[in-house]
Amino acid sequence: MKLHEYQSKQIFGRYGIPVPKGRVAATASEARQIAEELGGRVVVKSQVLVGGRGKAGGIRLAKTPKEAEDMATQILGMEIKGLPVRKVLVDPAANIDQEIYLGITNDRTARRPVLMASAAGGVDIEEVARTTPEKIIKVHIDPLLGLRDYQARDIAVGIDLPKQYWKQFGEICHGLWQAYLECDATLAEINPLVILKEKQLAALDGKMLLDDNALFRHPELAEMRDADEEAPGETEARKYGLSFIKLDGNIGCMVNGAGLAMTTMDIVKLFGGEPANFLDIGGGASADKVAAALRIILSDKNVKAILFNVFGGITRCDEVARGILTALEEVKPQIPMVVRLVGTNAEEGRRLLADADMTTAETLADAAQKAVAAAKA
Amino acid sequence: MSILVNKNTRLLVQGITGNEGLFHTAQMVAYGTKVVSGVTPGKGGEWVLDGKIPVFDSCRAAVEATGVNTAIIFVSARFAPDAIFEAADAGIPFIVCITEGIPVQDMMRVREYLDQKGVRLLGPNCPGLLTPGEAKVGIIPGDIAIPGNVGCVSRSGTLTYEVLYALKQVGMGATTCVGIGGDPVNGTNFIDCLRMFEDDPHTEKVVMIGEIGGTDEERAAEFIAKQMTKPVVSFIAGQTAPPGKRMGHAGAIIEGGSGTAEDKVKALEAAGVKVAKHPEQIPDLLK
Repeated sequence: MKLHEYQSKQIFGRYGIPVPKGRVAATASEARQIAEELGGRVVVKSQVLVGGRGKAGGIRLAKTPKEAEDMATQILGMEIKGLPVRKVLVDPAANIDQEIYLGITNDRTARRPVLMASAAGGVDIEEVARTTPEKIIKVHIDPLLGLRDYQARDIAVGIDLPKQYWKQFGEICHGLWQAYLECDATLAEINPLVILKEKQLAALDGKMLLDDNALFRHPELAEMRDADEEAPGETEARKYGLSFIKLDGNIGCMVNGAGLAMTTMDIVKLFGGEPANFLDIGGGASADKVAAALRIILSDKNVKAILFNVFGGITRCDEVARGILTALEEVKPQIPMVVRLVGTNAEEGRRLLADADMTTAETLADAAQKAVAAAKA
Repeated sequence: MSILVNKNTRLLVQGITGNEGLFHTAQMVAYGTKVVSGVTPGKGGEWVLDGKIPVFDSCRAAVEATGVNTAIIFVSARFAPDAIFEAADAGIPFIVCITEGIPVQDMMRVREYLDQKGVRLLGPNCPGLLTPGEAKVGIIPGDIAIPGNVGCVSRSGTLTYEVLYALKQVGMGATTCVGIGGDPVNGTNFIDCLRMFEDDPHTEKVVMIGEIGGTDEERAAEFIAKQMTKPVVSFIAGQTAPPGKRMGHAGAIIEGGSGTAEDKVKALEAAGVKVAKHPEQIPDLLK
């Protein structure tokens, strides 16, 4: 789950990281009011869950509250990479000496969190990582011990941070680590962390990604989710514990297991079809989960055929078959369906579906070819 | 011969009285696996499967009473990390965790702790493993594979079943089939399994099933090129998947743009691995 900049910075602030005193606004007049309260120049920043906001014109500097209002009006009417801007953050403008990158994420290869920093922070950090990776300093954090003071110091030295900032930098690293740890983040990032002309450090931008699997212990964070940013089917799918991604093709796919779901898409394409979605019903899928999955697939009007590919293991084919029957009674789809059931309780599943109007298939290739043919008919 | 599990496996099932635990315990017993005990806190003293298998309140008690060398976990995600710690602290050297959806930071702590203790974990979010004709530890349907000389290792559960099933259709069988699971942080990885298959005298060929994301397949390719004498055939799932949702700057920095199916296929082919276009081609490539 992605958090907005303003949400991330609120969290960072709670962990002692210095963040600007701005606030978020949903209307231009609110933006003006915030600018008046802050006084002086402000930055009006679009709050959308994509990168490249600045380059798209979604971050503007305003000299007066009137200008802030005008810019907020413009930005609130924008779409950035297809996402409508519904909120702006109004922050006091900063006098910047230097921009630093500071972030923590999971290094899956090392199986540890990694703290990274670069003296070349700002919008082009990915370019820096690609062309001059030696300018990014990394330390891995022992997940049982946590971040050690010396590690933060090593990073400060590594990015040539002047000695006068080491203490504050160490506090910020610890704050970021605590935020990452206590929120079950998969990413906690400050870019840029700036050295102000006033000789202080400040986190001007913030980004957090949270582990969806850990939200059960963070109900207050789960509530911060911005449902606007998801495709309609995806929100519905999440409710039922399904993993769904909408694609542009016309063959709806319902599969158990992510690897097999991707493979099913691969084979559909191999035989000249286009998958309409990725959908993994997961392990141990119950009948109501399967019914929900079928409703989600059918809500896409492009879908001309449906391919069910279920290889039972922890998922029992008879359960899936019952789910399909329940859903069929409810939605009565008028499109061809191809079904392949193999594995745990497959015979029972096939027996249950014998009377339903579905094409059956034995192999994966056979199933894909039948679905492609059905979609073209 | 086989790797990791065989007829000497003495299995403890954690979460044995739950729905999934009970169902799959029955399947494992029917396959011939020696399931010696189960654990569900609060249900110690009960017996399951018509009084055949005793249930204990703790792993320690189960280990003392029934002599366990392998544990399998069917416990929900919020309690599974504790179940892994408990099994490790009870001295069980090999733990298989089927549970999906465990938070990644929990898994990093688990993995660090197990490495320090020298305990091997398989999974989480995996189907377990199967040594056809000897033992099934996990949820791989037993009747889809026959004994043979092919070692299988896979990141994906159900896709593994496809491959075993395709092999069986042409009369090919497996020494052991290992599902390592698809989570970003897990226990046993491709290289661990490739090394064990290389050392297992009965394994003559190896199938490795990968998928997009991470760099495990690329590192396995390096290992194959340098250290494997046995032929390896592979399939990578997700060749047509649209570019995934990006993990911010830090993700791009860490993974450096790698992890696509194309990169993995290239790395594997450069290591002399035959890569199938779809899983049902694998038996032909093994011939």
